[in-house]
Amino acid sequence: MAFGRSSRTKPFVEPVTLKILVAGGFGVGKTTLVGAVSEIRPLRTEEVLTEAGRPVDDLHGVETKTTTTVAMDFGRITLREDLVLYLFGTPGQDRFWFLWDELAQGALGAIVLADTRRLEDSFAAIDYFERRGIPFTVAVNCFEGAQRFPAESVRGALDLDPEVELLMCDARDRESVKNVLVAVVQHALVLADRSPAAVTT
Amino acid sequence: MSDEAERSRREPGPTPGHHHWFDDEAGPVVRPYAMTRGRTSAATRHRLDLIAVVVPEPAADDPGRDQTLSPEHVEIVERCSEQPQSIAELAAGLDLPVGVVRVLVGDLVEDELVHVTRPVPPAELPDVSILREVINGLRAL
Ligand SMILES: Nc1nc2c(ncn2[C@@H]2O[C@H](COP(=O)(O)OP(=O)(O)OP(=O)(O)O)[C@@H](O)[C@H]2O)c(=O)[nH]1
Ligand SMILES: [Mg+2]
Repeated sequence: MAFGRSSRTKPFVEPVTLKILVAGGFGVGKTTLVGAVSEIRPLRTEEVLTEAGRPVDDLHGVETKTTTTVAMDFGRITLREDLVLYLFGTPGQDRFWFLWDELAQGALGAIVLADTRRLEDSFAAIDYFERRGIPFTVAVNCFEGAQRFPAESVRGALDLDPEVELLMCDARDRESVKNVLVAVVQHALVLADRSPAAVTT
Repeated sequence: MSDEAERSRREPGPTPGHHHWFDDEAGPVVRPYAMTRGRTSAATRHRLDLIAVVVPEPAADDPGRDQTLSPEHVEIVERCSEQPQSIAELAAGLDLPVGVVRVLVGDLVEDELVHVTRPVPPAELPDVSILREVINGLRAL
């Protein structure tokens, strides 16, 4: 009995699994946000890096390839026995951007965390999700001591499309983070409702 | 893989700044691949999605089973027998890189001890009704 289990009478529930990405600049509160709503564990993945920290593009051959592991934040939210939402907090450093392509595949949506003191740190993430048509919501993490700006001026600085929601949040606060997650899914719902695929099914 | 390691080591002396990603977040992954006998996920037929769920087959409960399984294989089956888990959860729980777990799960699929569910296909948004359920579920947390 290597597995130490008696035979089961009930078939396993095969949950529907979905994922939301949490992106944003270095130190903006991504790990804190994932931890506020889920039990958080580091997830290790491994990638082939070049000297430039990018995927190999064949221009320089294989001589500069290095395989390395990258850790990211990973959380599970069990909504129901048969419905599970996973959160993936992407590494903040630009050098790990290429990792996102796998993470973004099939993602239900994304949160871009922003800090008003360093708004430019969130530009890259916003560009990324815009270009791929992934539904995202911008959440401004309100650190104490940081000056508060009206949402409209932050929107303007980030040049957000009118339909992209921008919320103020506290990444440490469970209710606040839940609101952000709901906003992301609602945005995805609007897009899904509008897509031709959704109409024909 | 060792060839590549050789080659990169022979590279003309990198400036310290160049290799700054070899920090706590990044390190070599050569050792865990001993478990997969050097196979990487590229060798498997298709890449298992991070959130694809590994579900035990009835055969996983059968005591007279494959003696060739490694302790890591056995632990994956055990964990999934408690509750089906995604590739990412298994990797985080076993503290193994995702690529290693992909290979090990691929072996278990081949042995028909587990099967893997398909998550929502990429580039396709989940069903509207599922999204509504997610919103309700989040609000109820
Ligand atoms: N006051 C305050 N502090 C916060 C808030 N969110 C995060 N912090 C703190 O800011 C620091 C950085 O937060 P992290 O969650 O580690 O940020 P991160 O985005 O994961 O950082 P990297 O992974 O290094 O890019 C930590 O010391 C947090 O405790 C917040 O809403 N308010
Ligand atoms: Mg972090």
